Amino acid sequence: MVSVPYGCCAMDNRGFSRHYFFLLDNESLFRRITEIMFIEKLSNAFGVSGNEDEVRTLIEDEIKDSVDSIETDSIGNLITYKSGKKKQPKVMLAAHMDEVGFMITNIEKDGWLKFNTVGGIDQRVLPSKVVMVGDKKIRGVIGIPPPHLTKKSERDKVIKIEDLRIDIGAKNKEDAEKYVKTGDYATFATNFSRMENGLIKGKAFDDRIGCAILTELLKDTYPFALYGVFTVQEEVGLRGATVAAYRVEPEVAFVLEGTAAGDFPIKKDLSKAAHVGKGPVVTHMDRSVICDKELVSLLINIAEKNGIPYQFKRPMIGGTDAGKIRTAKTGTKAAVLSVPSRYIHSPVSIASLSDMENTKRLISLTLRSLK
Amino acid sequence: MKDLIKELTETYGPSGNEELIRNIIENKMKGLVDEMKTDTLGNLICIKKGKGAKVMLAAHMDEIGVVVNHIDKKGFLRFAAVGGVFPTYLLAHRVIFKNGIIGTFGKEEKGSTKGELKLEKMFIDIGAKDEKEASKYVHIGDVATYYRELDVLGSRLTAKAFDDRIGCAVLIETARKLKSSPNAVYFVFTVQEEVGLRGAKTSAYGIEPDIGIACDVTDTGDTPEAETMAVELGKGPCVKVKDRTIITPLKVKELMVSTAESKKIPYQLEILEWGGTDGGAIHLSRSGVPAGVISIPTRYVHTPSEVLDIADVENAVRLFVEILKKNLKKEGF
Repeated sequence: MVSVPYGCCAMDNRGFSRHYFFLLDNESLFRRITEIMFIEKLSNAFGVSGNEDEVRTLIEDEIKDSVDSIETDSIGNLITYKSGKKKQPKVMLAAHMDEVGFMITNIEKDGWLKFNTVGGIDQRVLPSKVVMVGDKKIRGVIGIPPPHLTKKSERDKVIKIEDLRIDIGAKNKEDAEKYVKTGDYATFATNFSRMENGLIKGKAFDDRIGCAILTELLKDTYPFALYGVFTVQEEVGLRGATVAAYRVEPEVAFVLEGTAAGDFPIKKDLSKAAHVGKGPVVTHMDRSVICDKELVSLLINIAEKNGIPYQFKRPMIGGTDAGKIRTAKTGTKAAVLSVPSRYIHSPVSIASLSDMENTKRLISLTLRSLK
Repeated sequence: MKDLIKELTETYGPSGNEELIRNIIENKMKGLVDEMKTDTLGNLICIKKGKGAKVMLAAHMDEIGVVVNHIDKKGFLRFAAVGGVFPTYLLAHRVIFKNGIIGTFGKEEKGSTKGELKLEKMFIDIGAKDEKEASKYVHIGDVATYYRELDVLGSRLTAKAFDDRIGCAVLIETARKLKSSPNAVYFVFTVQEEVGLRGAKTSAYGIEPDIGIACDVTDTGDTPEAETMAVELGKGPCVKVKDRTIITPLKVKELMVSTAESKKIPYQLEILEWGGTDGGAIHLSRSGVPAGVISIPTRYVHTPSEVLDIADVENAVRLFVEILKKNLKKEGF
């Protein structure tokens, strides 16, 4: 019998209930807990675009026994392959390892760190956040003056990123340079944790959630061959996927993503993009891709046949690795399936374990029904 | 040729939804070529076999549209643009979905003429009483295009989607008129041009042409107070010099110009300050392809009532036929 961390037994909710756990045998229970521990590790890991080594190592260690080959290409994509006898189109599953974050652009003479964003971050979320900086992961604070020292007119404005600095407690430039170099990366120092109702919170759910699901999928056995690709530099322009798709030459590809959920209060009767807890999100089209219609229909049919909840992504917002995979060489049948996450591209997002589980199940069943 | 143009422009086919228009074009091309195939993205590739240079001609089948992103409680549809759609082009016009459902546009604060019109403040009204009724006919992800018939205006035509059904018509007519060619000719009807030249990218990769020529519309400078552009309706098809996606290689430009001059086909030189065509994607395929564009001067591009001159279209066909009659391998391609 395994020990049960995180108070799993007390959970209720949305497909991940106490009752559900009760029905699991020890092996499944162990696996489910390992899964949650792994998404925790992935979420906490430091892996801004171009610096995905820590995430890649975590994934490599987790799956090396489950795949037949594993290699890292020149740009840093982790390309894994599982062989299989049954004839089927060449399938590639992809999730990106990188997260949005920061790069230190200058160390100022009094020890402040000037920085810029890597990938899309709304500058409204920056002030008063704790960040980790550089390989040593030293802690820093994006500080702003308190109300005591500011005028109301200043407090009503969004502070621009060029007016913000990271404070690592350094005495001066020389002191700061003991810990940080120009060009070092930084990211939010957010610890993953569990919430009520089977929800989780943490940073980088876009796309560590996809990485976690892909890792789990690769642990299963399939009668056919499968490429599992963990890409780099998605957040700065789908770069890893461009070269990975060129190399793998898939006929069919599924991209696993953490996508924006918009189920917070808004006044107007407009699209909420997706709701956390209402199932995997199917993309028709976004700014990077128009998904293959047959694959989209297949996902929907499989979901309906198996009672898996699903929802649609709001069309024409964002972009994913699928854009590059779809148009690689002579073209690929590609689709995107995402886990809805609130507040992505910020220090902390919220997602649902049941959505993750349903996404994994839907992809797994879809793979098995490809012809 | 007018009947062909009418049929092509009136057919539904926004980016990613090119099935209907592809079927029509496929039927027209039957018997004119040796082989036809549809690739992964949906490009229709029609091959007239030959031992000479591999020539890829490209015209895109897709047109711009709007995609439904939300159905509100009262049954109004909120939408986003698929390709270059602008709010002022839409208001008071009608759109049609693939299943034949027709809608018209409304805007928030409908009486106000103040402020900038924005897509996100507009909605489609399909006459549904509420969300439930609307959901019977339309779903999130469904795409609508302009609903508009072609009309003849003297020697000129007005219709939606000349961009780029007129290119498709030129290619079909060229295939009809071309008795034989010393080259291997690939008539490619591409998909998803309006969202980023995607079909041309994958089809060019597969074909590996020795030369590529796209046929598309271009803007004109011949309307009142128009921005300066040395292109007019009726003065002949355009040989593109440059746009945002391509600087036509001199060799290709000279091929087009010398063919036009020797056969006394009127032509204009085109410099388009914005926009691009499949030519851009073709010339950067693999290790590079000499590529160019023959354009049809068209007013009010991307509106439901684009205008062009039929003589320019006919002359474009002549120019294509004369180019294809040449042994392009001997011309250095």
